[in-house]
Amino acid sequence: MTPAIELVNVSKVYRRYTGQHFATLKSALLQRSVLRDLQPDQTFLALNDVSFSVPKGCTYGVIGRNGSGKSTALKIVAGITKPTSGTARVEGRVSALIELGAGFHPEISGRENVFINGIMLGLSRREVQRRFDEIVDFAEVRDFIDAPVKTYSSGMYMRLGFAVAIHVDPDVLLVDEVLAVGDEGFTHKCLDKFAEFRRRGKTILIVTHSLAIVERLCDQALWLEHGHPGASGDPRRVIDAYLTAVEVGEGEFLASAARKAVVAKPGRADATDAPASRDAGSPPDMFQAVEGRWGSRAVEITDVSLLDGRGEPCFVFHSGDPLSVRLKARATQPTDDFVFGVSLFNADGVCCYGTNTYLEEMEPEQLTGDVEVAFHIRSLELVEGTYKLDVAVHKKDGYPFDYHRLLYTFRVTSRTHDLGIYRPEHRWTFSAGVQFKATEHEDQ
Amino acid sequence: MFSNLARLFRYRGLILSLVARELKARYRGSVLGFLWSFINPLLLLGVYWFIFTTILPNRTEGLQPYALFMLCGILPWTWFSASLTEASNSLIAGGNLIKKVLFPAEVLPLVSVLANLVHFLLPLPLVIALLVFVHRRPELAGLLWLPIVVVVQFVFTAGLALILAALTVHFRDIRDILTNVLMLWFFTTPIIYFYLQPEFRKYKLFFDVNPVAHLVISYQEILFLEGGFGHWKWLLALGVASSGVFLAGYWLFDRLRDSFAEIV
Repeated sequence: MTPAIELVNVSKVYRRYTGQHFATLKSALLQRSVLRDLQPDQTFLALNDVSFSVPKGCTYGVIGRNGSGKSTALKIVAGITKPTSGTARVEGRVSALIELGAGFHPEISGRENVFINGIMLGLSRREVQRRFDEIVDFAEVRDFIDAPVKTYSSGMYMRLGFAVAIHVDPDVLLVDEVLAVGDEGFTHKCLDKFAEFRRRGKTILIVTHSLAIVERLCDQALWLEHGHPGASGDPRRVIDAYLTAVEVGEGEFLASAARKAVVAKPGRADATDAPASRDAGSPPDMFQAVEGRWGSRAVEITDVSLLDGRGEPCFVFHSGDPLSVRLKARATQPTDDFVFGVSLFNADGVCCYGTNTYLEEMEPEQLTGDVEVAFHIRSLELVEGTYKLDVAVHKKDGYPFDYHRLLYTFRVTSRTHDLGIYRPEHRWTFSAGVQFKATEHEDQ
Repeated sequence: MFSNLARLFRYRGLILSLVARELKARYRGSVLGFLWSFINPLLLLGVYWFIFTTILPNRTEGLQPYALFMLCGILPWTWFSASLTEASNSLIAGGNLIKKVLFPAEVLPLVSVLANLVHFLLPLPLVIALLVFVHRRPELAGLLWLPIVVVVQFVFTAGLALILAALTVHFRDIRDILTNVLMLWFFTTPIIYFYLQPEFRKYKLFFDVNPVAHLVISYQEILFLEGGFGHWKWLLALGVASSGVFLAGYWLFDRLRDSFAEIV
C-alpha cells in the first residue's frame, strides 16, 4: 500500500536577512543585482535530510523542542512551503489545522466566514451549505453565527476555525498544536473527532508539545532534534528518547521541571504514565537495548507470568475471568527507592489501564534479594481482543531499573462482541412493552 | 505556468467569494452602506463642478460641462490606482493565509482589482444617466465598445497588480514609491485636461506610450465626446500588449511564489 505521506531526504533552508535587505531596492536597481540580492545573507537549516513515511490510516506524531523543525515539516507536508531539496508527496485531500481561523475577516459575520473559509480550504459552496449546521453545532456558536467575528471571544473564534477545518473531510489531516483551543469539553470533542477520523481510516499527522497526546493518540512518532530525525517508531520509546535528550541537554534541574510539566499536562490520564520511565537517567545504551526492554538492571525482572484463577499459567482469558500478573525480580543490592508498575494495552496500542505502586501511594522502604510481586485483577472487564502488557520496576522519579515494553501478550475472548476498550459491569432493565425473544436475549 | 493559469479558473468560486467579502466588509458598519458607491462619485462630481465653474473656470469648447468630462477619466483612473495600491499590499495583508493555509496567493491581488472593478461599475449607469440628462446621449455603437475597454483595463491592471504584489513582498519600499509614481502618472495622463488641446499637441508621443492614456481617451470618446469612437485601433493594440503584461506578471509571480510564505 502506498503511504499517505512520504518525505524523502527533505531539507529546508531558510534565509536569514539582515535588516539591510529592505533598503536595497535602490542599490539593487542601480547595480542590477536584484537576483543576487534575493539571495540570502545567511542561511538556517530548519530540516536536514529528513525522511519518513506515514501509512494510510496511521496517526503519526512529531515531537521535538521549539525550533526543531516540526512545524516546517508540517508546512512542507501541507504544501505551504517547498522543500529546498528532497521530495514530499501526499496522497488525497489535505486539511491543515495550523492556525485556526486564519482566513477569517473580522468585519463580516460568522456565517459568511464559514462559507469563505470552507471555500478557501477547498470545498464548494454547496458542500459548505450541506455541512453548515454540523459546523456551527460543533463550534457551539449557534447564537452568534450572524454577528461579525470581531465580536467573538478568542475561544469562539478558534472553535469556529477548528470546526470548519475539520469538516472539510480531508483524507490527510495535519494538526499543529491546536488542541489548546477550548475548554476541557471542547478538547474532548476534538479528540473524539480525531478518534472518528482514525476509525474511518484517515491519516493524521500531529505536531505537538503535548507528549500525553502523542502517547494517547499516535500509532507512531518521530522526534526531531535541530532538524535531524532523532528516534522514530513506537511513541513511548520516542518520547522516552526525547525526554532523555532534553535532560541531557538541560541538566538535572530543568529536566525535573520538564518531568513535572509532563505529569501535570491536563487531560493526561494517570494510566498512561503509570509505569513510565520518563526519566532520563536511562543508560546510554538504551538505544541498543533489546527492543522492548531497557533499564539499568539494578533491579532485574527475571520472570513474568500470567496466571488464571487457579494460579496456572494461561494466555487466553474469558472476559470476566480473574487474571494475575506475577513478577519475579532480583535486586543486586538493597534499595529503598523502587516502584513496580503494570499497564495493559490493546492491539491498537491504546493504554487500557496502567498503575504502579507509587501511584497507589505505597511508599517504598526496602527491597532486597529475590522477590515476587503479583498484580491481581479479580474480574477482567475487557472486550474481546489481543492485549499486551508492560511491566516495569523503576525509581520514584522514573529512572528505569528494568522496563519490559509490550513483551507479554494475552488474548481475551468473549461471547459478546461489544466494542470499546473497557466493559463496565452493567445490566439492562426494561419497562413493560419492551420484549426480546428469549433465546436472543440470553445471548446478550 | 500555464497549468497554474488553468488552476486560476478553478478558483473562480473562491475569488468571487473573496470579492463579495471585500465589498461587504468595506461598508459594514456604515449607515448608508452600499449607497456610498453611488454617493462618492456624486460628491466628487459636485466638488469638481464647483472648482471648475467658480474657482478655476474651464470653458473649453466641446468639453462642457467640464466636471462631467473629468469624471469620465477619473472613475477608471480610480479603479486603476486603487487596485494597484491595494494589490501591492495584498500579500502582506493576507500574510496569514499565505503562511498558514494552502492558499493560491495570486488570488489576493486579483481580488483587489476585481473589488475595485465593482466600485467602478456600480456608479457607471448613474454617470451615463447624468450624461444623457445634462450633456448628450452617448452613441450605442460606442457603448458596445465599453465592455471591451473594461476588459482591456482589467487585464492590464491585473498584470501590473501581480508584478507589484510579488515584488512588494521583497521590497516594501514599493508601497511608498508607488503612491508617488501614481500621482505623477495621474497628472501625465490626459484626465483633467483634453489630450487634443493645442498646448498638449507636442506631448503626443508621450501620451502614445502611456497605456492608461489610451484607456482614458477611450472612455472619454465613448461616453463624452462627439464624433464616435475613433480610438479603437489603439485600444486593440493595447489589448494585445496587456495580455503580454498579464502573462509576464503571472510568470514573475509564479517565479517568486515559493518565497512568499517565508518572507511575508
